[in-house]
Amino acid sequence: MSTILLIEQILNGLQFGVMLFLMAAGLTLIFGVMGLINLAHGSLFMIGAFVAAAGAAATGSFVLGLIAALMAAALFGALIELTVIRRLYARDHLDQVLATFALILIFSEATRWVFGSFPLYLDTPEFLSGTVTLPGGILYSKYRLAIILIGLAVAAGLFLLISKTRVGMRIRAGENDREMIGALGVDISILYTMVFALGAALAGLSGALVGAIQSVEVGMGEPVLILAFVVIVIGGIGSIKGALAGAVLVGLTDTLGRSLLPLLFALFMDPSAATSVGSALASMLIYILMAGVLLFKPTGLFGSA
Amino acid sequence: MLPERVINLAVLGLLLAVPLAAFALDEPFIITLATKATVLALAGVGLNLALGQGGLVSFGHAAYFGVGGYAMGILASHAQSYAPLMEVPFLIEGTKSMPVIWLVAIIASALVALLVGALSLRTSGVYFIMVTLAFGQMLYYFAISWPAYGGEDGLSIYVRNGFPGLNTLDPIQFFGLCFAVLLIVLLLVRTLNRSPFGLALHGAHQNEERARTVGINVYRLRLTAFVISGAITGLAGALFADLNRFVSPTMFSWHTSGEIMVFIILGGVARLCGPVAGAAVYILLEHMLGGLSDYWHIYLGVILLFVVLFAKGGLIGGLSRREVRHAG
Repeated sequence: MSTILLIEQILNGLQFGVMLFLMAAGLTLIFGVMGLINLAHGSLFMIGAFVAAAGAAATGSFVLGLIAALMAAALFGALIELTVIRRLYARDHLDQVLATFALILIFSEATRWVFGSFPLYLDTPEFLSGTVTLPGGILYSKYRLAIILIGLAVAAGLFLLISKTRVGMRIRAGENDREMIGALGVDISILYTMVFALGAALAGLSGALVGAIQSVEVGMGEPVLILAFVVIVIGGIGSIKGALAGAVLVGLTDTLGRSLLPLLFALFMDPSAATSVGSALASMLIYILMAGVLLFKPTGLFGSA
Repeated sequence: MLPERVINLAVLGLLLAVPLAAFALDEPFIITLATKATVLALAGVGLNLALGQGGLVSFGHAAYFGVGGYAMGILASHAQSYAPLMEVPFLIEGTKSMPVIWLVAIIASALVALLVGALSLRTSGVYFIMVTLAFGQMLYYFAISWPAYGGEDGLSIYVRNGFPGLNTLDPIQFFGLCFAVLLIVLLLVRTLNRSPFGLALHGAHQNEERARTVGINVYRLRLTAFVISGAITGLAGALFADLNRFVSPTMFSWHTSGEIMVFIILGGVARLCGPVAGAAVYILLEHMLGGLSDYWHIYLGVILLFVVLFAKGGLIGGLSRREVRHAG
């Protein structure tokens, strides 16, 4: 494999990782602050993609579609927090898993009901289509590069929000001692709704951005959700830094594994067997990575016990 | 309020009576539905040992269900094509005999459970949920990308496997076989729960620290429970594959894990016959709501949400008030 192709794969892995970070950040934030495991996070990703596709088709503007997606995901997030999720904070994880599993069933079927079973398509906007020439003469998709930049910008914004602002201070305080910050006069329930809506908006943003790369269909949030779980297990639950590290690690491992493993096996196997063994192993690679990390650090890279 | 033993007998009696009545009325479809409920109940009984009794919220039990299913699919497809599985170092041929397939399914799923459990049990709480989920997905993607046994399309077998002395293609006979297996496993699990092993497992669930202090090796105890739990679910997977005469990666999917968990919640966590009642109600709902609307998953989701939020203890918990500690 040539160097140029390798760099391109690394960039693809980075783009995938950044997208996973947007998903994982919301999950890990919600878990860290509220102790809640939310399987319906993938549904918010799906809502983002569907609203972006429908919004862009209706208005003819990708950016308007993106804004609509962000708002819709945040709105649905706030809505389910107010109606369902807040009844689950005091419950054990099993109840949270089941109730949010039920939400997935409801959201997936409702989406199928509204939009039908056929996938929608979202075109990349005019100003981001085509390729850009990177230093070293590498041609790379403008849109994917934009995703990487947006993702990194959101990551930086999230760090600033949590470490520098008043809201961030409350979020961190809520992570440590919810009774105490309640006693200090912070309205916990509004704070929780806001954090949940923020996480939902990040998932929606991620779904909307990815919607232009893959087809927009019911159930698209679930594989991403599982990967986001792998990311936060590797990174350590509740840690934004861990989510970023885990996401980039998973994104690179998966993308590079899929392109390099078949080539690696072709060195000592016949081509068709190498392709099938290589791709089967590549599809398991990130889980092997996760198992490896857990062997040495059962609470993830940046997690605390 | 009824004692739980009476409810258990009623649940099992009903599960037996419905297909017998359907047999008398010549309604083979209802017999097949009851068989499906019986087999899925078995999968739930398997998970309940880990989840209910042991407090180990495994979200990846589809892995063992799928391994059991593929044990059947692989052995039967080789028997069908007369191509041996392996010739060196010794010959292994496919088989159409259920007892052999069951044995292989149990051993294979127990081995996978041993591997997954040994790793997952190093973690706890929400990590455990996610790690088991991720391992389940790993097998799912492996099954999809492994073309030798059908890949995404799965494997079909044309004739149901055989059991000595029975005609397994006759719905009522196959139901009887599955029901007998369920009864035997229920008796086994009941014995296990009352044994020192079961008591220790329950004790470790209630207070890990205390169990450790009295000298129990909690890790090994839980791993044993996890492996037995996986093996039972694997056996259910083999039966399920035989019921449909088809296996596909769907058996491995996390929806399957979720469904098996739903049986337990609907019926009642840590209740012996909870998964049986839950699976029966689930199949009934699926059948009735499926006839009502194409989008029946919405109703199912709403019912499930309601049970989790407002009706803790599930069906059996609701009928018998005796408290059972909830997993957590």
